[in-house]
Amino acid sequence: MSDTPITYVRDTMLPQKAPPTSEIGPVRWVRENLFSSPMNAILTILSLYIVYTVISHVGPWLINGIWDADSLTECREIIAASGDGHHSAACFGVITARWHQLVFGYYPSELYWRPVLALLVFFVGIAPVLFPSLPRKLFIVSMIAPFLCFWLLWGGSIWLPISIALGFGVGVVAFKLLSASASSLVAIIGAIVLPLIYWLYLSGPLASGLASIVPLGIEFVPSRSFGGFMLSIVIGLSAIVISLPLGILLALGRQSDLFIIKTCAVVFIEVIRGVPLIVWLFTAQLLLNYFLPPGSNFDLTLRVIIMVTLFASAYIAEVVRGGLAALPKGQYEGGDSLGLNYWQSMQLIILPQALKISIPGIVNTFIGLFKDTTLVVFIGLFDPLGIASAIRATTEWNGIYWELFLFIGIMFFISCFSMGRYSLYLEKKLQREHR
Amino acid sequence: MVELTQERAVDRSQMQVSDEVAIEIRNMNKWYGTFHVLRDINLTVQRGERIVICGPSGSGKSTLIRCINRLEEHQAGDIIVDGTELSSDLKNIDKIRSEVGMCFQHFNLFPHLTILENCTLAPIWVRNTPKKEAEEIAMHFLEKVKIPDQAHKYPGMLSGGQQQRVAIARSLCMKPRIMLFDEPTSALDPEMIKEVLDTMIELAEEGMTMLCVTHEMGFAQAVANRVIFMDQGQIVEQNEPTEFFNNPQSERTQLFLSQIIGH
Ligand SMILES: Nc1ncnc2c1ncn2[C@@H]1O[C@H](COP(=O)(O)OP(=O)(O)O)[C@@H](O)[C@H]1O
Ligand SMILES: [Mg+2]
Repeated sequence: MSDTPITYVRDTMLPQKAPPTSEIGPVRWVRENLFSSPMNAILTILSLYIVYTVISHVGPWLINGIWDADSLTECREIIAASGDGHHSAACFGVITARWHQLVFGYYPSELYWRPVLALLVFFVGIAPVLFPSLPRKLFIVSMIAPFLCFWLLWGGSIWLPISIALGFGVGVVAFKLLSASASSLVAIIGAIVLPLIYWLYLSGPLASGLASIVPLGIEFVPSRSFGGFMLSIVIGLSAIVISLPLGILLALGRQSDLFIIKTCAVVFIEVIRGVPLIVWLFTAQLLLNYFLPPGSNFDLTLRVIIMVTLFASAYIAEVVRGGLAALPKGQYEGGDSLGLNYWQSMQLIILPQALKISIPGIVNTFIGLFKDTTLVVFIGLFDPLGIASAIRATTEWNGIYWELFLFIGIMFFISCFSMGRYSLYLEKKLQREHR
Repeated sequence: MVELTQERAVDRSQMQVSDEVAIEIRNMNKWYGTFHVLRDINLTVQRGERIVICGPSGSGKSTLIRCINRLEEHQAGDIIVDGTELSSDLKNIDKIRSEVGMCFQHFNLFPHLTILENCTLAPIWVRNTPKKEAEEIAMHFLEKVKIPDQAHKYPGMLSGGQQQRVAIARSLCMKPRIMLFDEPTSALDPEMIKEVLDTMIELAEEGMTMLCVTHEMGFAQAVANRVIFMDQGQIVEQNEPTEFFNNPQSERTQLFLSQIIGH
């Protein structure tokens, strides 16, 4: 090239300078995000106009809403009396008047404390899982909590939940004994089959036997009385809590080297996933009685919970499988080479990482599941939508719908949005901890 | 790569080979599907021996040492580790694995656990060591590999060389009687290779039985008492290091050595 010298030595280092003002702060944000090009500017203005139109129509309706009215007619009279005749206002009176029904369904009002207490017990029970820093001993609370919640919600003899809980004991003992003396396959099958037999044929008689000796219980509330958000929450939370461990086991089963376990897991997942939830719910309503021993009148809500749980666990299994597949083979080998056995490797190395990867998918499944609890309306349960129809069928509130559905929508949105936020928080927290 | 990079003299006083057999492999064969990856392997390792295995890529070096702790299953022949025969009995396998330490090319540390937790995990769960004691042992070995100050960091925050040293410490916490290394330095930047090799030399100086797949010929000359050359799933040549490097017998060995010394 030319004869400019190649050697160059910097003699003074440059100090750091502040960026030009147009490059920082809100001015920059607005320019970059809202008006970066003519097209963008037009879209921004158009969007602002649409937002304005919607708010200017819905805003007054919301703000002028009537909260204290006992019927739609009364509400309309108040609106007519206050306004100039043609402005509209919402009749939120239906929510204040029927609040208890929307939340608790037809649960006896003097027993409202029981579901509320059950919810508290649930949160205490789930705390050790959500916050790993709490002492390990609290896990005992987590194990008792489901049975306590069950008893608080349905009431009746205390011996039923205890005898059901014993079934898990049967499973654990069977697994311990069989894995000491037989192959792991036999142990796993035994740990699944024996408790099932116990629940189907022994737990009922055992509970009623104990109850006749030591009658101990609280007032029984039949499932028919369950309704409103309480029903959604009972179905949703039970399904969430049970489907996660079940889904994890299914995912591990699908990865297993044992042919029978693998086949069972694959068939279960594919069959459950391949059929719409509503079909499973009708199955629960109509068919399940054929499979149960004659004479056992199995509660409809419980049947629905089981179906929703199985349905969700198939999805969770696939999400967790994705997480498992994303882990490098080296993690399995690292655990193996240290002499950890299968369950130790899974519990200590593989699952913590796989679940971390799967959090968004798991929470996504849970959100879907919670919203799908509204499908139970089709088999005659009074979920919030069922309650809404019931309210609209009364003479006081015949003809109202926007306000009710808006309320139900908002309640669901709040629940689902907070689940989503919690998942984001968890992801960020784990990200910070591990990197 | 080939030059002897060690700046300090290697102390061979402790490196005595006893008559006791640590690993015995007899007529071992392995297939991946129909691909015959290991063919008629016969190898006896005495306690205290340090063996370096080299050979072209794909010759079955990794597969061989992974068979020793059953990360891979062999289909014919016997492998006897520390007097226990490797069979499909899960209890035997877990026992052998807890007595045979292994370091991998990509370290395989557990990224969700701190360095200290990585090191205490197996002692606590496999050996039922109390947590306190396990932590003391872990700190002892972390000091030995010269990274005690990183104990509470996560693996992702450490350099490759440091991670590999943690991996060595993690294996040592199980007090293994045999250590296997599968190309422990080949994923590392050149300036980190030395720190890992130094750690391994120290281990050799203490009389650890070692099987090491590596192409670090300097390391082989400094510590190995046998170099094994593998090709196409077979042991082609084995000799003590000076003879092996200066006077290779087989044509394949000569070709291989000329290739890795060539650059
Ligand atoms: N899991 C596997 N399935 C099939 N073939 C494999 C598998 N692992 C390794 N191989 C093949 O076996 C041969 C030996 O592999 P490996 O022991 O990793 O060689 P090296 O470590 O000497 O490079 C290679 O040809 C490789 O492609
Ligand atoms: Mg290899």
